[in-house]
Amino acid sequence: MIIAVMDYGAGNFPSVARALDKLGAELRIAVWPSDLKIADAIVLPGVGNYAALIRALDERDLRAPLLDAIARGVPFLGICLGLQALYSTSEEAPSLPGLGVFSGTVKSLPTTVKLPHMGWNRLRMQRTSQLLAGLSTSDYFYFAHTFAAAVSSTSNEVVASCNHGTNFAAVLEHKNIFATQFHPEKSGAAGARLLQNFLSLAA
Amino acid sequence: MTLARRIIPCLDTDGARVVKGVNFVGLRDAGDPAALAARYNADGADELVVLDIAASRDRRPTFLETIRRVARELAIPLTAGGGIRSLDEARAVIRAGADKITINTAAVNRPALVTELSKEFGAQAVVLAIDAKLDSRCAATPGCAAVDDSARLSPSNTDRQNPQWDVRVRGGRDSAHLEALAWAQRAVELGAGEILLTSVDRDGTQSGFDIALTKAISTAVSVPVIASGGAKSPQHFVEIFSAGAADAALAASIFHDNVQSIRALKQFLASQNIEVRLPC
Repeated sequence: MIIAVMDYGAGNFPSVARALDKLGAELRIAVWPSDLKIADAIVLPGVGNYAALIRALDERDLRAPLLDAIARGVPFLGICLGLQALYSTSEEAPSLPGLGVFSGTVKSLPTTVKLPHMGWNRLRMQRTSQLLAGLSTSDYFYFAHTFAAAVSSTSNEVVASCNHGTNFAAVLEHKNIFATQFHPEKSGAAGARLLQNFLSLAA
Repeated sequence: MTLARRIIPCLDTDGARVVKGVNFVGLRDAGDPAALAARYNADGADELVVLDIAASRDRRPTFLETIRRVARELAIPLTAGGGIRSLDEARAVIRAGADKITINTAAVNRPALVTELSKEFGAQAVVLAIDAKLDSRCAATPGCAAVDDSARLSPSNTDRQNPQWDVRVRGGRDSAHLEALAWAQRAVELGAGEILLTSVDRDGTQSGFDIALTKAISTAVSVPVIASGGAKSPQHFVEIFSAGAADAALAASIFHDNVQSIRALKQFLASQNIEVRLPC
């Protein structure tokens, strides 16, 4: 099984690759469209600037092959910006369209609380999730973000939410599409369990 | 469901070895950053900070190798810094495995660096370190110095009501001629995502964190504040999280020297109704 970890230059590819490597996954750095065509599973890590991620995907012509792989049912895990990129748009860069796998706009968390939302927080389970198997509301995960996707009655992809000033989408799961707003690669044993779950689902 | 308060051990290194609090008997591999990192990771640390306090250019490759070795041991975020002056130097530190970079003197010398780093890596990756010392003119005069609008220290602040802190550079030795609260606010506007606030007055004293300083800064900025300097007892941590309004607390030697285990500290904090992530 080949796990393609997308490295678009500005993300935290090394951390994610290291965490997956510890779990014994066979990794391949995905930089070009051809890398995605042969992947058995795809991980899109992301941290920092939304515009940098979207621009990098388009400059390297990765958008179409990525959407094609997702449509073919290849298991996909988006992390942090990799979650936000799944939506139609983001307030952080309104002129740059996201991947549009899910409808909705990623918005800033409210300024009534300290931003970025930085540190360890717990989840509120919305519905049963394969990605969260063995994990519970007592587990903490590491967040580092200012923007987030909303939880609404129509957002069926949200399987767990979190709260920082407002409720927001913490974990997405829809068919072969998985995503976390937090960083499982930085979330200790709980994060390792989640990554292991993804590898099992992809196997 | 609230954000847990963070406990952050700090490794001061000469590039290769931890140089503080390493002379205690009975602590194996005390000077090896990777060994300490592995221990803290297992013991429930929420993040780790690694600093190159020598920060000489010719030792840079050594420090980058140290970051790589430390990062391999961690399943928690890593902040690294010491001597970062440019985007390229920051990129090297991030590529070596750090999630965040911390800058201090270089930001004082050239505030635009904060913005450059924030644009490149995101605000969440830019930790502005401030070494703050109570303005001696204030210390000599009970009740002094409200905060100026500008970040510059006012020369005539000795007759005002509130304490004022001077930003120090070069290991706390020199004044940057900046007022700490105004500098913190300006740095956030420039793009800093977090403030690492060290009390020069308390650092190394083990007499407790500087609550007045931390509260003043933490309640005046929109980003998380990490309190540093003076920690010894678990009660010090309770105080800095409650009265001091700190989002995270950093310490070095008390963890290295086994004066305080992170696991026991977090259990104590939980018993005092402070939300922390308890290690399993």
